[in-house]
Amino acid sequence: MDILLQQIVNGLVAGSIYALVALGYTMVYGILGLINFAHGEVVMFGAMIALAVIQALVGTGIALPPAVIIGLGLLAAIPSCMLLGFAIERIAYRPLRHAPRLAPLITAIGMSIVLQNVAMIIWGRRYITFPALLPPGLHQFGSVVVTDLQIFIVLLALLLMAGLEWLVQRTSLGRAMRATSQNREIAGLMGININTVISATFIIGSALAAVAGVMVSAYYGIAHYYMGFMLGLKAFTAAVLGGIGNLRGAMLGGVLLGLIESLGAGYIGDLTGGVFGSNYQDVFAFFVLILVLVFRPSGLLGERLADRA
Amino acid sequence: MNFIRWYGIVLAAALALAGCNKGTESAGASETVVKIGSAAPLTGPQSHLGQDNENGPRLAIDELNAQGLVIGGKKIHFELVSEDDQADPKTAAIVAQKLVDEGVAGVVGHLNSGTTRPGAKIYSDAGIPEITPSATATDLTHQGYKTLFRMLANDSRQGTALGQFALKSGAKRIAIIDDRTAYGQGLADQFAQVVTAGGATVVDREYVDDKKTEFRAVLTTIKGHDPDLVFYGGMDTQAGPMVRQMKTLGLKAQLLAGDGVRSEEFLKLAGAAGDGVIASTPGLPLDQMPDGPGFKQRFEAKYGTLQVYAPFAYDAVMTLAAAMKQADSTEPSQYLPALARIKREGVTGPIEFDANGDLKNGAVTIYQDKDGRWQTLEVFGAAGAGR
Repeated sequence: MDILLQQIVNGLVAGSIYALVALGYTMVYGILGLINFAHGEVVMFGAMIALAVIQALVGTGIALPPAVIIGLGLLAAIPSCMLLGFAIERIAYRPLRHAPRLAPLITAIGMSIVLQNVAMIIWGRRYITFPALLPPGLHQFGSVVVTDLQIFIVLLALLLMAGLEWLVQRTSLGRAMRATSQNREIAGLMGININTVISATFIIGSALAAVAGVMVSAYYGIAHYYMGFMLGLKAFTAAVLGGIGNLRGAMLGGVLLGLIESLGAGYIGDLTGGVFGSNYQDVFAFFVLILVLVFRPSGLLGERLADRA
Repeated sequence: MNFIRWYGIVLAAALALAGCNKGTESAGASETVVKIGSAAPLTGPQSHLGQDNENGPRLAIDELNAQGLVIGGKKIHFELVSEDDQADPKTAAIVAQKLVDEGVAGVVGHLNSGTTRPGAKIYSDAGIPEITPSATATDLTHQGYKTLFRMLANDSRQGTALGQFALKSGAKRIAIIDDRTAYGQGLADQFAQVVTAGGATVVDREYVDDKKTEFRAVLTTIKGHDPDLVFYGGMDTQAGPMVRQMKTLGLKAQLLAGDGVRSEEFLKLAGAAGDGVIASTPGLPLDQMPDGPGFKQRFEAKYGTLQVYAPFAYDAVMTLAAAMKQADSTEPSQYLPALARIKREGVTGPIEFDANGDLKNGAVTIYQDKDGRWQTLEVFGAAGAGR
């Protein structure tokens, strides 16, 4: 039982990170109908920039509390990623606003490759380590071990998701975003500045991505130029699982995907009598996605979309 | 439109031509250029190891060129053709064909067992001798390729040494993880065989892949089986995060691993969490090698931190050159027999190959991470002891 609980804890933490990244994908899709493949790379840039700042601070030897060092890292990463997200939209996607759907999709993939290689040129190909700053605080509940960092990640993710809910439901910007995602042309006719709303969407998504990037590098202890690819793919899967375009769906999908992966890796061997081992963890996760989509094509929380003109 | 299209074609052609001319140094007018190929992962998570495999030959070639070898009456200028196989078997096949087409006289490579396997067939078909400085999967030399040689003990010996060490240390309940690559799987299987024959129990067998960094699910399952020892068949870039996650999960078993983990990069990645990890490397410890400390100094002066395989890659080039000298020819078909029969003292120790191309009497050294440095624990099967 304890093992099951431990797997659930692990899954929840990984799922919270997936959820934060999935929000970026789902928001952009809801408003533009575009899958922003470069989003995973924004997460990677957030992690790398924060790590560069953190390593520099640790290298100077000034005695600062770990929270301050990581806070400064975040402070550097979030605005940088916001700028990056804004720039990506302006440079790569806005000129293609009225192009057929395929063009921005391919551009997004191209942008992803460009960003990976820029990161490789700037930071090299090696794995960069997260300095040992975090207090190794373990909490034991029976034989289930939870670290301070895990608790922090889940709480911060919940906080950010609640903040985003509040933004989207209770502010005028949020209302403008919801209107734009329903029908872009009419929203424009109603006096909403579409360009501002779209830029805001990218900026908010990128800010969440920056936080997710710092979480990932702190949780796994390493960052490298290629880390955005698989993470982005999984977060996109989570967004689809929950219903692409739906914010709550992205949150649910992220957490669910984390749990499925964790439980899958732990129990595939037992379930299949040793035929498939824990290296089929990813296969299991994507298989669940396929099953969900077969029975609910628009995802778990997705609405049946009316045909768009 | 026409102008843009025409411009685009000219630009593409110019780039293609520019790309063709990379990597040719100029030899003197009376010198013959002999190309030595090197294939290793120069990008990606194992690039730190791949750079050892590239720079070891570079150092050897610089020294050989400075020496000015005369073979077959002609002064020889060696040139390194270095290719990136990204630790991917598919890319390795393409790279191998490329090296063959370049007309290399010999190859040092590949780094991984998974990439050496497809490459070996291609070099064997072309008759080009290949020495791998680091690929340890046992079955590589049992495929019947007359051109493949190995500069270090294979995984049969390494797995046996690790298994015997584990049994000696009193481990009774052992969990095994491997990364499902040719190397990791082979080593783990050999280890499992030895410890099971020795009376220990393999309580759990788990699998990951060579790109993952999230191991908590697998480690939690292993923790449920309460092992004394966890063996990992895989690379340092996974083992680093793995040992960190072991610590935060409260999995207190000893971690034992093979040569993929025993690098400077692992020490960096694992940090304090890596303290106590035990790993092996085929070959003698650097300070017991005939020219270990001297080589380390010369290498690090030019190329920075020595990871693991640089001395073996260096010896590979020196051995190829020695065979060429003995046969008095740089033609692969001419010097291959000399290479098969060669007997010389390299930086890493005595070099002599058996009928399969494996190194005779290869040693295996077991190290432990103590305070952020690898300390030698034990040396198995040094020269003089039988197989």
